[in-house]
Amino acid sequence: MLDNTGAKAQHMTCMDGTRIWRLSVREEIMSTTHRRGRAPSPDLVAGNGLINRRALLGKGIAVAGAMGTAGTITGAAAEPLKDEQWSLEFGSIMPPVQTASKYEKDVARTLSNPQGEFRNSHARTPHQMLSGTITPSSLHFSINHAGVPDIDPAKHKLVIHGMVRQPLEFTLESLSRYPLVTRMAFVECAGNSAPMFSNQPLQVTAGAIHGLVSNSEWAGVKLSTLLDEAGIDPHAKWLIAEGTDAHFLARSIPVKKAYDDAMVAIYQNGERLMPGNGYPMRLLVPGYQGNMNVKFLRRLKAIEQPAYTFFESKTYSQILPGGKTWRFHFLMEVKSFITHPSFGHSLKEPGYYTISGVAYSGTGRIAKVLVSADGGKSWGEAALQEPVLDKAFTRFQMPWRWDGQPAILQSRAWDEAGNVQPLRVEFVAARGETKQPLATPLAFPNQHYNSITSWAIDSKGEIKHVYA
Amino acid sequence: MSMRNSLFALATVLVFGAGAAFAQSPGGQTPKLGKPISEADIKAWDISVLPDGTNLPPGNGTSAQGAKIYTEKCVACHAEGGKGGGAPGAGPLVGGAPLTNGIETVKTIANYYPYATTIFDYIRRAMPYNAPRTLADNEVYALTAYILALNKLIGENDVIDAKTLPQVKMPNRDNFILPYPDRI
Repeated sequence: MLDNTGAKAQHMTCMDGTRIWRLSVREEIMSTTHRRGRAPSPDLVAGNGLINRRALLGKGIAVAGAMGTAGTITGAAAEPLKDEQWSLEFGSIMPPVQTASKYEKDVARTLSNPQGEFRNSHARTPHQMLSGTITPSSLHFSINHAGVPDIDPAKHKLVIHGMVRQPLEFTLESLSRYPLVTRMAFVECAGNSAPMFSNQPLQVTAGAIHGLVSNSEWAGVKLSTLLDEAGIDPHAKWLIAEGTDAHFLARSIPVKKAYDDAMVAIYQNGERLMPGNGYPMRLLVPGYQGNMNVKFLRRLKAIEQPAYTFFESKTYSQILPGGKTWRFHFLMEVKSFITHPSFGHSLKEPGYYTISGVAYSGTGRIAKVLVSADGGKSWGEAALQEPVLDKAFTRFQMPWRWDGQPAILQSRAWDEAGNVQPLRVEFVAARGETKQPLATPLAFPNQHYNSITSWAIDSKGEIKHVYA
Repeated sequence: MSMRNSLFALATVLVFGAGAAFAQSPGGQTPKLGKPISEADIKAWDISVLPDGTNLPPGNGTSAQGAKIYTEKCVACHAEGGKGGGAPGAGPLVGGAPLTNGIETVKTIANYYPYATTIFDYIRRAMPYNAPRTLADNEVYALTAYILALNKLIGENDVIDAKTLPQVKMPNRDNFILPYPDRI
């Protein structure tokens, strides 16, 4: 069992698969050594039924002891089998573009503006219904301040100009001929998780709270290649990135980031970008505010000083407790949240469950995720699904045996730079909270929220969002 | 930075050099499929205004001129006197509580924006919401003057143009801190 002190001591231990394996072996040795002295199960790693993640890694854990007996808890026998109707008739015709099964129709984004009123609109990813690390393109979050433009890819142009030797114009066709960089990257709105600024927890799903982050495989042209071809002036420190939507959304991007890992993305999960995600091309600045990943990209202008556009002057700048204000807070900091189980799910019976969620950091790779089932009194280390990638979702899992008693599930992530996701009490002390409870999860009282999320499970298996 | 310096120097040489020399570029050969275009041909798209006034167009406007345009093109959403609430998402253009009121204080031009040039830039690129890019530059100057005067950041009769707009001192300008200075 790891308490908070123990957790810190091990915090740099599992940065990649090899290290996880080594840690597992060491734990197994410790576990074997102390097995006789422990009760009730030697394979519990933290309070309230958290099981050592070796159960998932197949390292020879005594599965029956920790994970439950072989049969179901209720002991109900299975029914005799028979063929179903779908096996007895010819199936349907395949469509050229397939969509999800009709039985999955509830797996949909939550919309802030479902009637299409003349204002901005948000579509949030339903994380509580998804797993793995890739967000399906059809469910990737999207925010549009002036609707989704109808762009003819044959007419779309991207110009690079300003402090360059030779201004250049690119098309989708010409960019598609370049060598493409392919990488996984999350994109997160700076306002994601903002409902947790509320001084009372809102009873809404993980998707409603955290649905303004999604993770895709992006392919595109390295921005540094295009800037080098235009011959950027070494005195240029910023780029104005501008979209061709109906208010020409513009942000100032440091040239430093452009030469680090930025790209002009033209594919998303293997296909062209979704219209709501920037078709036909967008800027990708991995780990930085979603708004900086300018969609429908039409112009990059190299300049010496930042432009102080509307979005960097107002919306994506933060008020701190006491009244000081942050500018150019680009980085999306380390975060994790449990997707399964979470609000909207219920546990049908006591027994074995797998706690699962996502972790990510704008700084780099995820190093470690700890999970608690007793509201943070004790923590066990979750298994991280490989590959653990830079500035991308990492799926974590934690085996758990629920004894039917109240429990509070939490996850807490560390990144490879040593940044740790704050407890809510720590976060609020530094960044504040609202004076009144938020009336709606669609509100944005502030930005850049990244504390842990807590799901409380009562003895009936119902789940609530709590601050613990 | 030094890498880019040398790349820039090399690229400058290469404009006049032979193709064969390109192979020695530290970055290797790249496709170079961009079509050269002149700044003159980009002008219609180059609508970004910088805080020092760079790229502000010729023209000018006053608050009185702006008030007339406001009544015609802005009041439906932003309401009388810029108090906001005429349409969802159309925030107030006037006033603003002190930022010490709390982290959820509504950010306004008067209590937040560090530079007045942002007002001109955003009106010109995004307003009116139902017809962006339809205002003449003089109209944008006049509306900027109207909003600044409503907030008592300029006088009623002040003329706003490329020279005067960057000189408007915004109240919150010196209140900003950089959380990650090394990322810039």
